[in-house]
Amino acid sequence: MIQILVFLPLIAFLIAGIGNRMIGNVAAKSVTTGALFISCALSWVTFIGLINGAPAQDVLVAQWFTSGDLAVNWSLKVDILTGVMLVVITSVSALVHLYSWGYMAEDPDQPRFFAYLSLFTFAMLMLVTADNLVQMFFGWEGVGLASYLLIGFWYKKPSAWAAAIKAFVVNRVGDFGFMLGIFGLFMLFGTVDLDTILSAVPTAKGATFTFLGHSVDAITCLALLLFVGACGKSAQVPLHTWLPDAMEGPTPVSALIHAATMVTAGVFLVCRMSPLFDASVTASTVVTYVGALTAIFAATVATTQHDIKRVIAYSTCSQLGFMFFAAGTGAYGAAMFHLFTHAFFKALLFLCAGSVIHAMHHEQDMRYYGGLRKVIPWTFAAMVIGTIAITGVNYTSGYFSKDAVLFAAWERGTEASRVAFSVGIFASLLTSFYSWRLIFKTFFGKPRWSQSEHIQHAVHDAHGHDDHHDHVHADHGHDDHHHADQADGTAGYHPHESPWPMMVPLALLSFGALFAGAIFNDMFVGHHGFWNGSLVHDGEFYAALHHVPGLVHWSPTLAMLTGLTIAFLVYIRNPQAADAFKKQFRHLHAFLSNKWYFDEIYNWLFVKPALWLGNIFWKRGDQGLIDRFGPDGLSGLVGSGSGIAHRFQSGLVYSYALVMLAGVALFATWFMVR
Amino acid sequence: MLSAMILLPLALALAVLFLPGDEQAQARMARLVGLGTTLVLFAMGLVLWAGFDSSTAAFQFTERAELFGGLFSWHLGIDGISLVLILLSVFLMPLCILAGWDSIKTRVPEYICAFLVMEALMIGVFASLDLFLFYIFFEAGLIPMYLIIGVWGGKRRIYASYKFFLYTLLGSVLMLLAMLWMVREAGTTDIPALMAHDFPVHAQTWLWLAFFASFAVKMPMWPVHTWLPDAHVEAPTAGSMILAGVLLKMGGYGFIRFSMPMFPEASVQLMWLVFALSMIAVVVTSLIALVQSDMKKLIAYSSVAHMAFVTGGLFALNTQGVEGAMVVMLSHGVVSAALFFCVGVIYDRLHTRDIDRYGGVTTNMPRYAVFFLLFTMASIALPGTSGFVGEFLALTGIFKANTWVAFVMATGVILGAAYMLWLFARVMFGAQKNADAAAMPDLSAREWSIMVPLALVALWMGVYPKPFLEPLKAPVESLMARMARANAPQTQFTPLLAKAAVAAAPAVAHETTGHSE
Repeated sequence: MIQILVFLPLIAFLIAGIGNRMIGNVAAKSVTTGALFISCALSWVTFIGLINGAPAQDVLVAQWFTSGDLAVNWSLKVDILTGVMLVVITSVSALVHLYSWGYMAEDPDQPRFFAYLSLFTFAMLMLVTADNLVQMFFGWEGVGLASYLLIGFWYKKPSAWAAAIKAFVVNRVGDFGFMLGIFGLFMLFGTVDLDTILSAVPTAKGATFTFLGHSVDAITCLALLLFVGACGKSAQVPLHTWLPDAMEGPTPVSALIHAATMVTAGVFLVCRMSPLFDASVTASTVVTYVGALTAIFAATVATTQHDIKRVIAYSTCSQLGFMFFAAGTGAYGAAMFHLFTHAFFKALLFLCAGSVIHAMHHEQDMRYYGGLRKVIPWTFAAMVIGTIAITGVNYTSGYFSKDAVLFAAWERGTEASRVAFSVGIFASLLTSFYSWRLIFKTFFGKPRWSQSEHIQHAVHDAHGHDDHHDHVHADHGHDDHHHADQADGTAGYHPHESPWPMMVPLALLSFGALFAGAIFNDMFVGHHGFWNGSLVHDGEFYAALHHVPGLVHWSPTLAMLTGLTIAFLVYIRNPQAADAFKKQFRHLHAFLSNKWYFDEIYNWLFVKPALWLGNIFWKRGDQGLIDRFGPDGLSGLVGSGSGIAHRFQSGLVYSYALVMLAGVALFATWFMVR
Repeated sequence: MLSAMILLPLALALAVLFLPGDEQAQARMARLVGLGTTLVLFAMGLVLWAGFDSSTAAFQFTERAELFGGLFSWHLGIDGISLVLILLSVFLMPLCILAGWDSIKTRVPEYICAFLVMEALMIGVFASLDLFLFYIFFEAGLIPMYLIIGVWGGKRRIYASYKFFLYTLLGSVLMLLAMLWMVREAGTTDIPALMAHDFPVHAQTWLWLAFFASFAVKMPMWPVHTWLPDAHVEAPTAGSMILAGVLLKMGGYGFIRFSMPMFPEASVQLMWLVFALSMIAVVVTSLIALVQSDMKKLIAYSSVAHMAFVTGGLFALNTQGVEGAMVVMLSHGVVSAALFFCVGVIYDRLHTRDIDRYGGVTTNMPRYAVFFLLFTMASIALPGTSGFVGEFLALTGIFKANTWVAFVMATGVILGAAYMLWLFARVMFGAQKNADAAAMPDLSAREWSIMVPLALVALWMGVYPKPFLEPLKAPVESLMARMARANAPQTQFTPLLAKAAVAAAPAVAHETTGHSE
């Protein structure tokens, strides 16, 4: 069954990808979507079976390669940790496939799009079912490829392919660490097999090895190398810069890859390797601080962004930070729990954003939204559900998982975890603020659509090409150049609610966003042995979370309410307040809206020097030094006159043959007379 | 069998020059003869593979005839290492003939003749078991390459072949001197005998350096690589394919057949030199590739970087390193040939290698885009393609030998992604800014017939490389046994599980002292 579950998306990818225009849109879409729904059903069956005590299994598919004592297999490992990921991946993927029927309906390249989505799903499934590090790396880079293809799906847009390359290359920086980590683990344990490595971790405690000329603690060093990989894939500071740019991809892609599944692979990796991380205090501390830093960094940046997708992207980045500091404080179950609930509400938020963008004719700038709650009420409702879940309103899924993360950080009681807790509370406040800011700017107030170029185009096209159609709205028949002056700010544009293939996923994800937390709380962060040894889990520790001090207990809720209140005051009650704040704290605002200047610094630190060095090595090194004193210099020696040099050169082949023959003759003579 | 594989193309190479009919008819006939011959050789290669016994390191399919009164012998035979390289050669050759099917219009019989001669000599290089015979094949193999560049090449072809000549000359003179000394010392020209001969340690260093001079040029290693970009740029498509695909592998083959087993102590002594040059090569040539505006030059520089993984892997002197290096050679043979063909496809249409002249090609050539992307991914070692298995194993081996070297060379993984994806994007993505580039038609049936086999092999080697790895195991194992006496600085610590059993000795060993850069 697990083989069908994993390989069905691959087969669907091949059919849709190779068949492409030959089989047509509908066939390609049906095959991929159908395959995904089957995989999804099988995943839930597997998952429920595992919850009810079905044994973990490890199915060998084929040998991949062997060399000396290194043996790597293709095989599919299914334990409860994998089961959780299977459910998340296939559910969101199936819904995103369905959603894309509506969202991509007018795209000329639909088979390619659906093929890529299925390819992504396959790679992600290979990642989570890997029973060894190399296969995991296959899935790891495979999702990177799919992400590259999907970010650059609209390849004619320079910004899209630039973002695609950036995503791939920045991820490669992470993969560089991951690879070194694999090499080291192989050397330390003599295998790349996960179970063997993880069960042998205790025997390796205290081992040291020489890495880059220094004697270092093996476990700490290798855990940190793996964590570099996790940082790349999960967009943690300082390797986060690709994620906001990745929003160039179509919105369903953002929901599937850059919110619910691929970016959580780093968290999955840390949880999968939890015995390793748990064995190193230093590594765990680093994970905690990096997670906390990302949580707060991304949350601050999100408060200043105008692009609706970028707000959600930074929000994702921030939430991933929560998961990492949970893992860093040893609460791997809580990290996975937050990963699980986050997949639902973040996919929901992205798909809602997609629905808004769809309604607003590809306008993504919230400054040109406003007042949308009346025209797209269902999207509005779903997005509010997503927002109350992410901000952690009581009894929604975000409430359970975020509280578990924060309380665990408190309860662990180390310096790093207490810092993470405080930072987490503040980040929660910001989360609430920017999430509600998004809702208020998009759905409340007066329409500000008329300044949007996209809307102007839409209205213009409607007038230019649809004159023969019935104008349902008789009042916008006048000259479209004046529509910007229309008093209601709508420019005469009338957004429509999205079609049912887009609304059904919203409804299902809304259900998950509301109730997944309550349903699964006792399993993920309970003391019932749900994890069954698939990650480091201390039931007693989680039981203690119910008895944190009152202030700690209420602080997430307080933070949430504070954020909501500020957002309400700033964006509903007193709309001038934001501008006043901007003026007052000009530098802070510039710092935040420029994303702490990471891109600029990297450009100055890496990109420019790389190109500069490349030119130096080429012009000065290869041409100026090696060639000048090498072959070109020799030619000068051989013939000072150009005529001689030319004659010499044109006779090259013959002279070479001659030299060779002379060599052979010399050889023969030597041998005979010796 | 092996004699037949060498003599058949030689005979037909001669025959192709004497075809009847007018120029047109001759050209047509010559192409057909060329394709037919190379396909027959490919079939013979498959027969070799099928009849090969992977369980032994001994040379198989051996043939021996004394020549010139026992002066040297026509001694042929293959082990697994030779086998896979011969397979690579005979696989690529028909594709090369097809690649130049339409674009070569002048002196077609001579062109086909040059390729057939080259194929014979390549097989000869990988199959000779006599030092003297090897030398002839090894050096003569470059003559047809000169001709291909010099006659059917681009504008600066004379400069390019001249550069090639100077480099090669220097190397081969030194190698010849070393060979003469060896034969005098050991009293035999027989390669298997020489591989088992223990040369005095002090002499090994000089012999090793002399061979190194020749092999490093062929590889090519930094800093003797500057002939390669020029040669590639000037060579016709098929010439580039075979140059990158097979000729660059002769250096690696030389290291594994001569330098390592014949001079094991020197190999250990001088591994720092190879490591240093490999590290420099990866970083420097990758950065250079980043700023190229000529497609072929870019891929040529990337070849130098990839070959550094071969030299690095080989001189890690452990099983993963050597096997990885071999797989990198095979993979690079297929993938770089494919990439040069990809360039050739659009060069044939627009007659420029300037990256900026293209743009948005995906729109009018979507099928071409799929193949180009696949080979780009294989080149940057995406898991599931041939490039990954090789680079992963090579780096594993290098990491075992020295973490610094692995660390520096692994940056090639990042830089490689940067320059290849940027190349791909500039050619294939974006708006269609030039009307002539936008009007290029998609792949023809002939081009499909070249792309598909290359793509299938690149994927096969990535997903299930066992058939290619299997023949390597026995010879690599015996090579390792041979190297063992030289005590290469290996594993800085024994795997802990084993160590726990022998009751915890301190796990630190010293690294090689001489890493530089």
